[in-house]
Amino acid sequence: MKRHLGFWLAAGWAAVLVLPWHIGGVWPVFWPGGPQNGPSAGDGMPALIQGLLLGRPWLLASVLPLLAALAGLRATGGAKGGADGRARSAWLTAAGAGGLGWLLVESLAVTQPGLGLGAAAYAVVCLVLGAHGLALRGWCKGDVFIVASIGLVLGSILVFVGFPVVTILLSAVQDNDGRLTVVGLFDKLTDSGIWGLGCVLGTGSTCGVAWNTLALAGVVGVLTTGTGLAFALIAVRTGFRYKAALRLASILPVITPPFVIGLAIILLFGRAGVVTDLLSTLFDIPRSRWIYGMPGVAMAQILAFTPISFLVLVGVLQGVSPTLEEASQTLRATPWITFRTVTLPLIRPGLANAFLISFIESLADFGNPLVLGGNFDVLSTKIFYAVVGAAHDQGRAAVLAIILLSFTLSAFLAQRRWLGRRSYTTVAGKGDAGLPSPLPPGVRIAASAVAALWTGLTVLVYGTILVGGFMKSLGRDNTLTLIHYQTAFGIETGPNGWWFSGSAWDSLFTTLGVSLVAMPLTAALGLLTAYLLVRQSFLGRGAFEFLTMLSFAIPGTVIGVSYILAFNTPPLELTGTGLILIIAFVFRNMPVGIRAGIATLSQIDKSLDEASLTLGARSFTTLRRVILPLLRPAIVTAMVYSFVRAITSVSAVIFLVTAKYNLATAYIVGRAEVGEYGLAIAYSSALIAIMVVALLAIQLLVGERRLGRRTAALPVSTSASKVNA
Amino acid sequence: MTPIRTPSSGTTTLEPAPAPAVASARPAVEFRSVVKRYGAFTAVHELTFSIEAGTLVTLLGPSGCGKTTTLRMIAGLEQASSGTILIGGENVTARSAAERDVSMVFQSYALFPHMTILDNVAYGLTVGGMAKRAALEAARDKLALVGLAGLEGRLPSELSGGQQQRVAVARAIVLEPRVLLFDEPLSNLDAKMRRQVREDIRQLQQSLKLTVVYVTHDQEEALAVSDRIIVMAGGRIAQDGTPRDLYQRPASRFIADFIGDANIVPALLEGRDGALGRVRVGMATGMAALALPHRDLADGPVDLAVRPNAIRLALSQDPSDGLPGRVQFAAYLGDHMEYEVAVALGGREVMLFARTPDVDAPLSVGDAVSVGFAPRGVTIVPP
Repeated sequence: MKRHLGFWLAAGWAAVLVLPWHIGGVWPVFWPGGPQNGPSAGDGMPALIQGLLLGRPWLLASVLPLLAALAGLRATGGAKGGADGRARSAWLTAAGAGGLGWLLVESLAVTQPGLGLGAAAYAVVCLVLGAHGLALRGWCKGDVFIVASIGLVLGSILVFVGFPVVTILLSAVQDNDGRLTVVGLFDKLTDSGIWGLGCVLGTGSTCGVAWNTLALAGVVGVLTTGTGLAFALIAVRTGFRYKAALRLASILPVITPPFVIGLAIILLFGRAGVVTDLLSTLFDIPRSRWIYGMPGVAMAQILAFTPISFLVLVGVLQGVSPTLEEASQTLRATPWITFRTVTLPLIRPGLANAFLISFIESLADFGNPLVLGGNFDVLSTKIFYAVVGAAHDQGRAAVLAIILLSFTLSAFLAQRRWLGRRSYTTVAGKGDAGLPSPLPPGVRIAASAVAALWTGLTVLVYGTILVGGFMKSLGRDNTLTLIHYQTAFGIETGPNGWWFSGSAWDSLFTTLGVSLVAMPLTAALGLLTAYLLVRQSFLGRGAFEFLTMLSFAIPGTVIGVSYILAFNTPPLELTGTGLILIIAFVFRNMPVGIRAGIATLSQIDKSLDEASLTLGARSFTTLRRVILPLLRPAIVTAMVYSFVRAITSVSAVIFLVTAKYNLATAYIVGRAEVGEYGLAIAYSSALIAIMVVALLAIQLLVGERRLGRRTAALPVSTSASKVNA
Repeated sequence: MTPIRTPSSGTTTLEPAPAPAVASARPAVEFRSVVKRYGAFTAVHELTFSIEAGTLVTLLGPSGCGKTTTLRMIAGLEQASSGTILIGGENVTARSAAERDVSMVFQSYALFPHMTILDNVAYGLTVGGMAKRAALEAARDKLALVGLAGLEGRLPSELSGGQQQRVAVARAIVLEPRVLLFDEPLSNLDAKMRRQVREDIRQLQQSLKLTVVYVTHDQEEALAVSDRIIVMAGGRIAQDGTPRDLYQRPASRFIADFIGDANIVPALLEGRDGALGRVRVGMATGMAALALPHRDLADGPVDLAVRPNAIRLALSQDPSDGLPGRVQFAAYLGDHMEYEVAVALGGREVMLFARTPDVDAPLSVGDAVSVGFAPRGVTIVPP
């Protein structure tokens, strides 16, 4: 313990003596305000030097907590719980609390440049010192690692999720010059542009954007649930032979950037689209722009979200015990009555769940409305235009973001409160023999028709994406060409050797770099959080869980806006850097890691941890040597998803990209907006290909859990007792 | 299935017994007024006991009695809400599991499924900082000790339940802990294996002079392995004594019924001759009048704990032979008969459960019998 403390104390001194306290010229690439911004050299100096030489004496106070920690370290010897232990605990707790408190007050109260690496390191050191103090006091069974981890996760969520959300709430009550206007807030919140009912009441031509958003989400939710149910019924209740293909189709939305389907739909059904063309020449149906607006957006979203609702409903349908249906049949019910009175009521919570998930996805979707919306505005695009448009009204963006956030949060809370633990279809460990009853013919035909329609459209869409990139201008000029790929990914040789002349390379390299850096961080933070949630009990665990789960429900657009509002000015001045992209990805995708971690951890018998503890391993060693090897599947899942989601993400990062740090998705959306569809879909298909390769590579690299002949050998005792060696 | 090789069967060379014998004056484990609360629920009330080094002490009780919580508090997997826990005389109340000189054999064995048997057993040594080679060597010795030489490279999933159990034991003793804890170690084994494994555990404990705390809900298992049994009920100690104490001098009706079967029969203590009291059951004379140790109880109504095999049944109506009763149920179990006999006692009908070795002349349902008691197998319990 003492050795660890010594290390952290040394790190603390390094933070104030060596590392640049503010954003300075020292830090390359990813660090805010790189060298080219010509920062004043003094800001990059360590806190103590600035305090002594630059007339910033308040920075000298940073040494006090470190001195307190030193005093704690010198409160020698002493068994735990003894008087010395108590003294050390008091010193260290004071050091941690004092350091963090001082940093908070100092950074908010004094006008100064954005905080730099030194301040960040200093915060972490104070956190760990405080954790030592609290652990000595017996918190978390005296386990420093656990106390520090809780502090770290909680602190980072508060800084990078809580702080931006609070900022957005605050900026809604300020006008653009920063003055407080509570009266204005009410006007803004009830603006007729948001809540107007003109289209229904006949007083105007359009409805408020909030109603648009809700209507779209409602329609998409219902239709997506229906389509998903059709596929689930086919997969579970018929002799359908291509179930592997269904599984494959279910990963499509994961690797498809959200606006790509919208792009393909324009190329198919737009005024000059392939299908429109065909209908016009064959049946003389006039060309129109019907696809731009709610019909097109809804179509794109249904195509995109159906696999998600399929996955939810497959699980639910498989959970319906066939014996219940057999019981119904033996009571002389026809298949249709059985379906209506037994099967459907049993899966009702699943249907509600699928609806809410699609509803939330639709609310949060940004790419498709942006590409296909036309004059049909939804909240997410409206927020975007409020920030980047001519109006540049951040206050209005904040108000819209608050409304969107309240929608998604309500739906999310409804889902958790109402459905969280209610399920009639849990699979018991008992033998549950029996055959599910066959689908009534009417239902089977309806399901097949819906599924066929979806499949047809999806094949068309992906075909368009893959083929379209190789055509000059799909629909207008179908000559085969490589020109789009050349423009995007050209490599030329010149006097200085090979160079990447294609216009897409910059954004591709940034995307890959940022995603690769974010990937392990996301997985680590998510899995650590899952570990704390599943395996540790501590005061305030419920609140902690609620906070982490809450970040599931924040739409990307809201994150994007709140990040610009929160991190545009000191003390945390991060906009325009690569770092903010990484942070945005980490905290946006962390829930994926948490979910994967929770699912896997709850299958690992807790007595394994305990066995390791009683054998003298502390929780960190236990985590490293027992839990992590068993968590491999979750690690793979978390890494894959965080990588892929980072690549396909557009809603949050479109606010955060700059000319220097542009991302693939933002670049593609930009091309699509100016009508360069060929280039856009060529780049999109390249991205999809990269993600497929990455999926396979990560799977290979991390590999399988090694548990013996049986892959599902947990819990050990029950399954293995049958192998008599 | 090879039995555990103990020093007496001596094919392996053994290290000397681990250190607990240091000071037998100091108890290996001591609880002083230990309380464990979960919110408003108190799982363990003011528990005080101590465990001598080198003995095997069982915590016995029905599920929910606090025995596993107590074991986990010794291990450090649960923290006491108040009170003091000492291990080897040292106060370890605030220490985490990793810092206590105990190790534990889990109900599920908790073998790390991703490590080989050898790595499992060496785990405690390597995380404690021992060099890999030495740790593996020590682990190999312990595996040989429990009769698993040759299986070092297997994964836990490739062993039978009994073998896994022995790996768990080897992994626990390789650290030579001051106290070894067993949490219902037999519950995942089939009935035949249980007897074998419990004998192995007892033999190992005695030959290595280990201090063992053993949790079970099975009274027969507890009687078979223990030097001492602490019976718990409702988070408190119901009785603490040797197996013989518990069986022959139960402190309460609960203990009498929990340790072995017992019929609880109301009776009257009518006076005493030295250590023995005169006890009468009902109005009967003869076989139903007994002389039993009075256990310092006052004269008047008492309860008797009557073991099923202490009940004597005779086909007779003579009140001088015993209490009149009627056979309500009879079952043939090969080497003995089991009966339920209804007897009117103190104005109400009491059902007595009896076991007799006489299978050749069985009684039938409906037979009128007289019921007497053999003094061995009957004890007075405090009411």
